[in-house]
Amino acid sequence: MRVLVSQNALYLRRRLANAVAMALASAATAFGLLWLVWILWVTLRNGFEALGPRLFLDSTPPPGAEGGLANALYGSLLMVSLALGIGAPIGVAAGAFLAEIGRNGRLAATIRFLNDILLSAPSIVLGLFVYELLVRPMGRFSALAGAVSLALILLPVVVRTTDEMLQLVPISVRESALSLGLPQWKVTLHILFRAARAGITTGVLLAVARISGETAPLLFTALNNQYWSTDLLAPMANVPVVIFQFAMSPYADWQRLAWAGALVVTLFVLLASVLARSLLRGKAAP
Amino acid sequence: MELEADAAEARGRRDRRADRAFRGLLWLAALFVLLALGGTAVSLTWGGREAFATFGPGFLTSSEWNPAERRFGALVPVYGTLVTSLLAMLLAVPVSFGIALFLTEIAPGWLRAPVAAAIELLAAIPSIIYGMWGLFVFVPFMAQHVEPWLIERMGPLPLLGVLFRGAPLGIGMLTGGVILGIMVIPFVSSVMHEVFSVVPATLKESAYALGCTTWEVVRDIVLPTTRTAVGGGIFLGMGRALGETMAVTFVLGNTHNLSLSLLDPGNSIAAAIANEFTEADSGLYLSSLIALGLVLFAVTFLVLAAAKLLLLRLERAAGG
Repeated sequence: MRVLVSQNALYLRRRLANAVAMALASAATAFGLLWLVWILWVTLRNGFEALGPRLFLDSTPPPGAEGGLANALYGSLLMVSLALGIGAPIGVAAGAFLAEIGRNGRLAATIRFLNDILLSAPSIVLGLFVYELLVRPMGRFSALAGAVSLALILLPVVVRTTDEMLQLVPISVRESALSLGLPQWKVTLHILFRAARAGITTGVLLAVARISGETAPLLFTALNNQYWSTDLLAPMANVPVVIFQFAMSPYADWQRLAWAGALVVTLFVLLASVLARSLLRGKAAP
Repeated sequence: MELEADAAEARGRRDRRADRAFRGLLWLAALFVLLALGGTAVSLTWGGREAFATFGPGFLTSSEWNPAERRFGALVPVYGTLVTSLLAMLLAVPVSFGIALFLTEIAPGWLRAPVAAAIELLAAIPSIIYGMWGLFVFVPFMAQHVEPWLIERMGPLPLLGVLFRGAPLGIGMLTGGVILGIMVIPFVSSVMHEVFSVVPATLKESAYALGCTTWEVVRDIVLPTTRTAVGGGIFLGMGRALGETMAVTFVLGNTHNLSLSLLDPGNSIAAAIANEFTEADSGLYLSSLIALGLVLFAVTFLVLAAAKLLLLRLERAAGG
């Protein structure tokens, strides 16, 4: 009888420990989601208040005046596109090298290893690199330097997803194509890339989402510009740096514009990430 | 007949040539990854040479940061970077573990994908948004609700009390550390979630068959099997936290005073560079900031390399 009671006590204690652990884990999840909701709610509320047609028509104002973010939006769009144009082809090609040529060799393993480090490396440090590489020799900050620093951040994301997505294509596809006498470049470009298209597009989209909110490297590459500028070799306004500058300022008008910019960037980034994920899911399902 | 064979041979030669060019091109592209990392290391060393030559190893141990007298030491930003990152991991590791546990063992099937996607959205939010939210919303929240309580309750404690003294400003290491922690949760939890879900079902089922509770299965089966990879995930989050810039730049306060209290304004390497780079008025000042960048690069490189090695070990074990 006594044995039974003590066994019951032990059983209860184990059940209790289990219940506590499960409750804590659920609480941790709620805790994580709480921040997401809080941050998004604050951004949406403050951003919508500051939203208006002038946001997309006027350039950044001096303190105390009305204005918009047109020049910054244009600059961001231009630099992100340029970064995409530089980084995506190189990234896809490097990913194809890893999956199709390097495979499991030592060189490919080393590049994968270093690419993963580049993927998580502080963006501010990559910005310093581009400063030394382009800004200092050219003698001035420029949109081009900004685009190159963004390309450096985009590159490892594209390399990694391209590598992974090409590896998912069954080996039999390569063998069938090669056995028809097709050269490797045709197999890769016309067959493997087509098979992995959705995955590679996802990687590129995720990379674009990542660089469109990136601020730190632009601080000392593209800098900022109060006016509308289309000169690639001159400083150019961009949304993240404008947000930084305006949010840190004491002027209420500027802070309002910063919130509007924050809303635009957040919506764009979230849309891009959700789109990327749904693309991948649609592909992976069948 | 002869002609046909010639044509086929010519075609083969052409294909081989094109293939060689194609491979060379891809190889060149792959080299870019190495160039990016190598170039960063070289250019930062080059850019920081003036600071290293002037201050020597004392650069790392001096807490003085005086642009007017052109004397620069890295101790305060390095200390701030380490402390905020440690705080971030103290918050992120248990929470991420809880999230991974929830996603693999507790949540009903229909809930898993949406919750996992929502947590990953935390990683998609640009860091400047974290910074702005931190400055306008979270700093006042900490100053009004959390820090007065900490000062009152924790301040008088022996030893630990030193960490919680000062005025409830809101800005400071504690706020920065909490925001960093939130930012790295998705990185740590996604690694943990991934490795928890590849633990062989037979192992877990055997333990359940012996009468283990879910918690006992996680503690005695899942965690020991995935230990190295979990460590890798933690290092990965640490690497992210160390180099994160914009979120902490807004809330750290950017002062170069060394203070033990977590409630006092401080600095971090990334925040110092972001704040002061365009204000640097002398070559030595600029060089010192770039030297700080090199320190950050070296530390994150080591932490991320460790993370990758730990994760590779599990991959290799899983791959057979």
